[in-house]
Amino acid sequence: MTTPIILTENLTRRFGDFTAVDHVNFTVDAGEIVGYLGPNGCGKTTTIRMLLGLLEPSEGRATVLGFDAFRQSEEVRARVGYMSQKFALYDDLTVLENLTFYGGVYSLHDPQRVDKTLALVGLAGHERELVRALSAGWRQRLALAIALVHQPKLLFLDEPTSGVDPTARRAFWDLIYELAAGGVTVLVTTHYMDEAEYCGRVGIMRDGRLLAMDTPAALKASVIPGEVWEVHTQPLEAALSSLAQADGVLRVGLAGDHLRVITRAGLGAKALKSMVQAHGGALSRRVEPVETMSKGPVPERVERGEPTLEDVFLSLAK
Amino acid sequence: MNLVIATHIKKTFGDTIAVDDVSLSIAPGEIYGLVGSDGAGKTTTLRLLVGALKADAGEIAVCGKDVRRQGELARACIGYLSQRFSLYEDLTVLENIRFFAEMRGLKQDEWLPRCMEILDFVGLAGFKDRRAGQLSGGMKQKLGLASALVTQPRVLLLDEPTTGVDPVTRQDFWQLVIRIASPTPHPSPDGKEAGGEGVAVILTTPYMDEASRCHRVGFMRGGKIIAEGSPSDLRATLEGRILEVRDHSLSTLRKAVGKIKGVEDVRAFGDKLHLRVRPGRAESVIAALADAFPTRAGSRLEARLIPPTLEDVFIMLSEKSD
Repeated sequence: MTTPIILTENLTRRFGDFTAVDHVNFTVDAGEIVGYLGPNGCGKTTTIRMLLGLLEPSEGRATVLGFDAFRQSEEVRARVGYMSQKFALYDDLTVLENLTFYGGVYSLHDPQRVDKTLALVGLAGHERELVRALSAGWRQRLALAIALVHQPKLLFLDEPTSGVDPTARRAFWDLIYELAAGGVTVLVTTHYMDEAEYCGRVGIMRDGRLLAMDTPAALKASVIPGEVWEVHTQPLEAALSSLAQADGVLRVGLAGDHLRVITRAGLGAKALKSMVQAHGGALSRRVEPVETMSKGPVPERVERGEPTLEDVFLSLAK
Repeated sequence: MNLVIATHIKKTFGDTIAVDDVSLSIAPGEIYGLVGSDGAGKTTTLRLLVGALKADAGEIAVCGKDVRRQGELARACIGYLSQRFSLYEDLTVLENIRFFAEMRGLKQDEWLPRCMEILDFVGLAGFKDRRAGQLSGGMKQKLGLASALVTQPRVLLLDEPTTGVDPVTRQDFWQLVIRIASPTPHPSPDGKEAGGEGVAVILTTPYMDEASRCHRVGFMRGGKIIAEGSPSDLRATLEGRILEVRDHSLSTLRKAVGKIKGVEDVRAFGDKLHLRVRPGRAESVIAALADAFPTRAGSRLEARLIPPTLEDVFIMLSEKSD
């Protein structure tokens, strides 16, 4: 059996009374792409900083590429790449100058390596362009090139595609898949569900604890406690408040022009429809057009919805 | 009457055409999403609507007022939350919103009840004495929204309102936006709003999960709106054309599907692939996959039609316009 690329055992970090990371256990194997999902302040960044050897664990330990993350942090950092969400690029330098500079930080003075990295991320031909003239998508690629220039075996990506559109994101992920196929292991933190869908496994963190870690499909199957429905009805607010109190409804939320409802398994569309109608009496207090006031909300359409990672997240987060 | 009507608006900066012949019409109660990449022209469009920039050509009317000739009147009915809205970090929540209220001409006896009502609505009433600098990212976002709502606007413009905000906060923020748009007058239950019609909301976003919550979406690219419709109408354009495929070995699968006729596009998603197939080719592609991957020990090839997402639509449209 090969050693995992990342292994944490009861990894814990306290700041005074506050436990930022609370007994976290997980392993990541070579070539895996693992997402780490959670709200701001949930402990994602503290975890990464411990894995990079920048912070000492208060309890437990982490090994990265077989090294103790804190006591052998030099060895770790020489072998991992880190792309931060707020990556620092020099706006008034060119693409090539930026990459050469960061290569120098890793004592790397091989111009061929720099060229290869630029080609890998698809920036060949753009060497002389000033960074300030690049679009968000291209800047992202340059930041990735900087994280890759020393050929790391493990890559940390902190919200790598924040603010870029689906086409650029997709191009970025195609690259990540190529890297992973070449044996690079990738750990991605994100709070975008779209992004988490690209990962092989996803860990969900909240209040310092790792609540679950599995493939997106397995998380959807195991965490979502029932069935997902899209309910199209008017008026929305009335239906929302009546469903929120209804038996068998686990969660209901506004989703633009309709409601997204999670019911316990086996409740069925018919029961859901009648629930929306049954609570029509509660409407009379509200200012509504005359036609709907008497009848209560009429469900125009009740359809099965696809569970999303957002549903998983919200189910775990409450 | 539609609250925002823009006809054939255009804006250039030097050689760059930022907004190219855009027309929009947004009804009360409608949440309209301008969706597109960085530099597609979303923010410039909002700035034209709010009157912060002057269009080179075209007409814009907001609440029936011409933005060019009746700018003040038009702006009086707009709430605008810009991407980098500024809060005074060393003022309290209430002081911040009071500042906006007074700037927009609310009188001494008006501002306090109005501000409290709005803070209550966005869930910040309990934090009114906290300094803005001490708020979490999500609370700052809500304070920004509250400040934009202080004049009880009939049109609300939000520029990438949830970029960098976590999913739980984003969910909260959206529940607020949907409530603002919905026809029950909110956050003004005093009945002063004409007929209780909803607010027209226009927001920009690069995220498809966000776009899918809008009533109507306009995809922007190169300054133009290249497609417009409700999320379900847009998704329907790809109905029956998106397949989800799984196999124990994604890389072999990836190579194989590239050779199958009728496959237009392949996208990897962690442990599965999404294929876009030509119209009417779903069955033949599934059959070809079954041929290419005959049942064998350990094999678990699964292929099924899945509902298209807005992301699928966006990617298809982007390819078309390249």
